[in-house]
Amino acid sequence: MPSIGRDDVARLADLARIQLTDEEIDRLPGEFDAIMDAVASVSEVATADVPATSHPIAMTNVFREDVVTETLTQEQALAGAPEAEDGRFAVPQILGEE
Amino acid sequence: MSNDIIRRSAAAQAAALQAGEVSAEELTRAHLDRIEAVDGELNAFLHLNQEDALATARDVDSRRTAGEQLHPLAGVPIAVKDVVVTKGMPTTAGSKILEGWVPPYDATLVERLREAGLPILGKTNMDEFAMGSSTETSAYGPTRNPWDRERIPGGSGGGSSAAVAAYEAPLAIGTDTGGSIRQPGAVTGTVGVKPTYGSVSRYGLIAMASSLDQAGPVTRTVEDSALLHELIAGHDVRDSTSLPDPVGSYVEAARRRDVKGLRIGVIEELKGEGFAAEVRARFQESLEQLEQAGAEIVRVSCPNFRYALGAYYLIMPSEASSNLAKFDGMRFGLRVVPEGGATAEQVMAATRGAGFGAEVKRRILLGTYALSAGYYDAYYGSAQKVRTLVQRDFSAAFEKVDVLASPTAPTVAFHLGEKLDDPMAMYLNDIATIPANLAGTPGISVPSGLAEDGLPAGIQFLAPARADERLYRVGGALEALLEDAWGGPLLDKAPELAGGVN
Amino acid sequence: MRTDPLVDYDEAVDRYDPVLGIEVHVELGTDTKMFDGAPNVFAADPNTAITPVSLGLPGTLPVVNGKAIEYAIKIGLALNCQIAEHCRFARKQYFYPDLTKNFQTSQYDEPIAFDGWIDVELEDGETVRVEIERAHMEEDAGKNTHLGGATGRIQGATRSLVDYNRAGVPLVEIVTRPIEGVGERAPEVAAAYVRTLRDIFRTLQVSEARMERGNVRADVNVSLRPSPESPLGTRTETKNVNSFRSIERSVRFEISRQAGILDAGGTVVQETRHFHEDTGETSSGRVKSDAEDYRYFPEPDLVPVAPSRAWVEELRAALPELPAARRRRLLGEWGYSDLEMRDVINAGALDLIESTVAAGASPQAARKWWMGELARTAKEHETELEQLAVTPAQIAELQGLVDGRKINDKIAKQVLGKVLEGKGDPAAIVEQEGLAVVSDDSVLTGAVDQAIAENPDVVEKIKGGKVQAIGALIGPIMKATRGQADAGRVREIIMERLGLS
Repeated sequence: MPSIGRDDVARLADLARIQLTDEEIDRLPGEFDAIMDAVASVSEVATADVPATSHPIAMTNVFREDVVTETLTQEQALAGAPEAEDGRFAVPQILGEE
Repeated sequence: MSNDIIRRSAAAQAAALQAGEVSAEELTRAHLDRIEAVDGELNAFLHLNQEDALATARDVDSRRTAGEQLHPLAGVPIAVKDVVVTKGMPTTAGSKILEGWVPPYDATLVERLREAGLPILGKTNMDEFAMGSSTETSAYGPTRNPWDRERIPGGSGGGSSAAVAAYEAPLAIGTDTGGSIRQPGAVTGTVGVKPTYGSVSRYGLIAMASSLDQAGPVTRTVEDSALLHELIAGHDVRDSTSLPDPVGSYVEAARRRDVKGLRIGVIEELKGEGFAAEVRARFQESLEQLEQAGAEIVRVSCPNFRYALGAYYLIMPSEASSNLAKFDGMRFGLRVVPEGGATAEQVMAATRGAGFGAEVKRRILLGTYALSAGYYDAYYGSAQKVRTLVQRDFSAAFEKVDVLASPTAPTVAFHLGEKLDDPMAMYLNDIATIPANLAGTPGISVPSGLAEDGLPAGIQFLAPARADERLYRVGGALEALLEDAWGGPLLDKAPELAGGVN
Repeated sequence: MRTDPLVDYDEAVDRYDPVLGIEVHVELGTDTKMFDGAPNVFAADPNTAITPVSLGLPGTLPVVNGKAIEYAIKIGLALNCQIAEHCRFARKQYFYPDLTKNFQTSQYDEPIAFDGWIDVELEDGETVRVEIERAHMEEDAGKNTHLGGATGRIQGATRSLVDYNRAGVPLVEIVTRPIEGVGERAPEVAAAYVRTLRDIFRTLQVSEARMERGNVRADVNVSLRPSPESPLGTRTETKNVNSFRSIERSVRFEISRQAGILDAGGTVVQETRHFHEDTGETSSGRVKSDAEDYRYFPEPDLVPVAPSRAWVEELRAALPELPAARRRRLLGEWGYSDLEMRDVINAGALDLIESTVAAGASPQAARKWWMGELARTAKEHETELEQLAVTPAQIAELQGLVDGRKINDKIAKQVLGKVLEGKGDPAAIVEQEGLAVVSDDSVLTGAVDQAIAENPDVVEKIKGGKVQAIGALIGPIMKATRGQADAGRVREIIMERLGLS
């Protein structure tokens, strides 16, 4: 298994939208290596002939009727919002990703 | 109000209510008084719901007086783990990022508690987002073990187990993703059940790992767990993975007290290395009791269980990394704006950086890694295959035996802070409990006696998916056998808390 | 904004072979959202058409809307696709404020429908077969309103307001294989393809499919290569083009722009682009970088969808007649020429004429009204035929009055005018306003006698053998009766009175 370095941690933090402190970026690679060493054993037995199990209890075709259920009021929807305006959630400028 | 009533089992408290020996309001107040007296030492509760609980109790009392047919547990108070969403009651999942959030809806299981008239005492402490085995990762301080306040009460549901062990509540709700109901049960001398995946609706449980999470009862007796399980189980159209099956007769099974002819498989891979000597001794003694009562003890091997921990620590962080993406400071909860203003992207990152604790960040990043391009097959994909292998081990074992047994946790409660800086050491606590989550099978932890340092240990039984009744049968029987041997419940041996006469 | 040199379109397609790839998103017209019971409505107060699930609140779980699956299968079948025997939803993970969970529940490597095709008819009747790679289900996102910028655009905005009413609305995304070999007709093919899909959605009744509401949105990929034998060039993806005309213009523009870059020896940047209605140009959006990592994995909160073959066949058997088949059938039934039929289709009059015929009018009469008087009216008012305030049933009723000789053509046009003014149904208008043809001899004889008395010179001419002069007598009579006299009967009476019959 490849080792997880500082750069990898920074890239993962970026993907996961978590701002890390320098201390965290220094500490995490070592922790990850220890954990990944321990979990690497799965590849020993996960051979091509073994099917994957995504759900512990296999079920298919669980559908809902197309019927309207109780909705939230605008007030309820926005009650937990850090900031709201005109019945909408107010968020900081989105640009910067473009 | 005497302190006596709160020490009774939930079933006995229910009987006292039905007999008119005590009112629901008195019973609720007695538990609130107990919390007031001892929770300063334990920190089992994050939020108390006094007024609402008393209102529910009074409502039950008046309905009972009016001769209404009530649920058997009506009026018996309950504590709910803070990972379960409660309408109008703060819900934090033990995290700073949700501080102050008051949900506009109830989890399905909470709806069922309310419909049945159980006063909800409050929300119990837990590892942040249920990530931990010690309740130390809570953003609101650790919960302490009533047996020794320098030790952990288990995790992630340490608040629920401590509350029940300390007579703050007769019943509590826990959730179990890798052992978070069973391991706290073991280290606090209480009973905990992880039902079959899909038995209890997940709607309204703040998800850690969707394919592993399952809510269940935390109680002092096996019968109480059965009563609570029957109440909260059942199909829910709001959870696609909810089982459509009818609810089993758990209470009847718990009261059967008969294990004649029951075949109990001892999992070879989960009884030796890493398990403390006295924990193993109590486990052996428990098996001997069962054998003497007519059960057949069989050795079984589950060779792929040794890969279960690895698979778990890939699947769980992967799903958690995705489930926790919604905590971004845009719609609810904490928002942290870096100085001088920032873009939405920067605010999200700052909020998550400040709002999540170390263990949560560790798991999110680990999961992000395991799902990232180029690694999916090697990690998440391989882990899903191990899951198949673990299921096959269970299937093969259950062809030979009715239930499987192992110690619940490798050791008794460890000291606060002991494993906080060593993630792998902490993760090893879950070695025996994880296979059931991977396979969706049900498990119960029952006290097996006092082990190292005079602290409680637990024995775990596992049954095939949808055969939860077997757990209650064997658990109820063992509990009766051991209490006969001990001359009473194990919790009677717990030291007194300063705040109250124990 | 634009710096790329443009090449004249004809020159561009002369030197390069354009290849298209089109992704069409259609919002399904279910009553509720894809994964929860919030109403699927277009116009509502912000953040009211939501449940805890559509808001992605902690603890909530999705449950698949069975009707949406049915609609997706119908679309797949109409596009001649295979329907998966087993497929799953996956989470497509990226952070964006219009996503309530910071992942979109979509289908990744297991679409519900795949390997299909559709024949697209161009305006001149030529047919192009477009191959469908896949059609998969997913959920829509919320809507951001950008504030503080110049024109409501994201650039320069200081903050945004988010409405999650649209979050979770069911979508089907239909992805084509590369559309090759269409040469200079690429812009037309792109628009015609989307129009063909739009018509199919409406016929299947799986969506209102209103482009202007964003029910149907197209992302159009364009690339150029020196010749059909060359490998595919680098493509750009113009996002969310939402009218047929814009699709055509954006493809045309991209071909000219990319040709300019290639002519200058440059390389086309793989990126998303935005189309601007006002200028007809596209501008650079987000650069598609390899760093994008959506971390797809199977949605653990949902179980697999495995449509039984029996269900699929049941849906296939119940499919309505699709637009292309219907056009072929009507062409035969109505006896129009190919050209007439094409004009009718291009004018958007097919449904209207069919309904008019169904209400009792002859195909020829129905076409005469919709392609004649009504087409002129629509053009005058710069609107669509179907927006006119007249129904096919009213047109059939009007034609019935003409056929029954209750009114003549001239009066019929007047009556139509009154119908369009909202004065009621044709027969009622004729009745109320006394517009029926006058063929009562007592009334007409009086008018004829008066005309004969007032025009002795004309009478002389007629009697002298110049019968065609009779028009000079009929004219005033028609005028006196406000055009309602039965002109044939008037003529007969004049001849009788003059003893010429």
